[in-house]
Amino acid sequence: MNQNIERSIHDLREMDALASGDSMVHRVSAGAKLLVTVVYIGTVVSFAKLNMTGLLFMVLYPVLLFTVSGIPISTCFYKLRFVLPLVLFVGVFNPFFDRTPAFAIGSFTVTTGMISMVTLMMKGVFCLMASFLLMATTRIEALCGALRKIHMPQMLVTLLLLTFRYAAVMAEEVNVMTQAYSLRAPGQKGIHYTAWGSFLGQLLLRSMDRADELYSSMLLRGYHGEFYYAETKKRSSGDTLYAAIWCAAFLAARCVNLTQVLGMTVVR
Amino acid sequence: MHMADALLAPAVAATMYVSSGTTACISVKKLTEDENTQKLPTMAVASALVFAGQMINYTIPGTGSSGHMCGGMLLSALLGPQAGFLSMICVLAIQCLFFADGGLMALGANIWNMAFYGCFAGYYLIWRPIMRSPVFGGMGAKKGQRARIILASIIGCIITLQMGAFSVVLETTLSGITELPFGAFCSLMLPIHLAIGLVEGLITAAVLTFVYETRPELIRGVDLSDEKAYSGKKSLATVIICLAIAAALVGGIFSHFASGNPDGLEWALFGNEEAGYSANMGLDEENFGVSSGVSEAAGAIQEKLSFLPDYAFADSESPMGTTVSGLVGSAMVAALALAICTAGHFFRKKTADSSLAS
Repeated sequence: MNQNIERSIHDLREMDALASGDSMVHRVSAGAKLLVTVVYIGTVVSFAKLNMTGLLFMVLYPVLLFTVSGIPISTCFYKLRFVLPLVLFVGVFNPFFDRTPAFAIGSFTVTTGMISMVTLMMKGVFCLMASFLLMATTRIEALCGALRKIHMPQMLVTLLLLTFRYAAVMAEEVNVMTQAYSLRAPGQKGIHYTAWGSFLGQLLLRSMDRADELYSSMLLRGYHGEFYYAETKKRSSGDTLYAAIWCAAFLAARCVNLTQVLGMTVVR
Repeated sequence: MHMADALLAPAVAATMYVSSGTTACISVKKLTEDENTQKLPTMAVASALVFAGQMINYTIPGTGSSGHMCGGMLLSALLGPQAGFLSMICVLAIQCLFFADGGLMALGANIWNMAFYGCFAGYYLIWRPIMRSPVFGGMGAKKGQRARIILASIIGCIITLQMGAFSVVLETTLSGITELPFGAFCSLMLPIHLAIGLVEGLITAAVLTFVYETRPELIRGVDLSDEKAYSGKKSLATVIICLAIAAALVGGIFSHFASGNPDGLEWALFGNEEAGYSANMGLDEENFGVSSGVSEAAGAIQEKLSFLPDYAFADSESPMGTTVSGLVGSAMVAALALAICTAGHFFRKKTADSSLAS
């Protein structure tokens, strides 16, 4: 139980640490990265369910980014180890429903159901890798700044930033509380129902008071409805180029089965 | 109930983004009109609390399992529907971005399924009517209020979760991703979310009654006029007894759901598993139960297919001729990916060496 909370705190910290790294990818503006990620996920999801080979070409984007940013792929998969099984389970029923033979390798017949299953799994993993890469190379402040630039409501952006900063504080507090509770209730799994209300309720009340203090201190430091984001960098042509090249590449891969084309150059 | 990216067609995902986005804009507008910037830290704290609260396990008596909290009803009861909705968006966005719970493309749909129903439908259709109704009026002002909170929380959580689960089914079916028939999918998702909703309702009720006992002014829709006799001392005994009876009932009725599942989240996973986009390895016996229901449909489809042998070739998007080049191309992409990795490794090593040398 406690490990669960500690793991989450660790995860949040680790993402923060990764995002404050320095590499070519880290230096690209948050807006450009956000755009590329959204376009990438949109393109990946829009592939036809039997177009496995065409989709495979899209793997080059995460691979290239992992390499350039210096973030080990293993970190990504280690962090996603609890979500990956869920994603991989997507479409696991498909081979049973769709048994239309597509082609045969030796005596083994590959059905379209198997192909659509693999395609779905690939889609899931690619999307996960893309969002992981965005978060691992972009600081949350920069991301919020970018969201503000595309005119996301100020309230929502500030709320997101505050919630993120507060989630770690809160998780730590919950961790301390559950630890104290479990030490006084040995051998008990979870919180007993007699304490359901008071456990979280106490935390809630204390936090509400804390929120009032937080707001007072914000006002004292000159808050008047808008946060200032530290990203002073002007949008450079490099960022535009970055976004344009990737978007064009994704579009090309979506329209033409590049994997197939690559294969054709060898097999005539 | 968090949906993954691969489960949604782009058109459905975009529609859900637009719906959720519009609702968010209306909420922001409403809150800005009220000039309630003071609420901002409170909202942030409340959503952080929901985020943290989801990590706590709650023991459900009589079943040996435990439950988690989702939070839509709790937030709207504490903050009001608009602020609750925005807070839920933040919770879902952070879960999506940092814990890969639900995809970035599916965020719009997830917000709709979990935040919209929980906050707006839950507040306007369930919470407010029940809190204003004269139900339990005979129990005395304070006791009646408490009973109404418990009733509204439980009914609200159950109904909003049912709505959410139903729209998960609807969105997936509209996307044409899963091969599961609509009816079978529904009959798998809804009963499981009934159980989850009940547990969540109990947790929400417990927290809200506690808050009501200590700081009634924090809860929306509570009539404070007859709070003069309010004493700072709290007595949870009645609530706990009520909850215990309800919880024992839950345990009795739904114990077959819980058997072999040590954790309430796994119920949810199991519910999602039926949806075909999540897995939990420890749910074998349930799996068998499920596939027996599904296999009938599967058998029907297969039968249909075997009567139409030509169908296979007409529908096949990868005819034999292009398969070989596809396979070769795939191998080349794999090789290319490997080459990029190796090159990157080499390059990094070199820069590290040169920086060491200098």
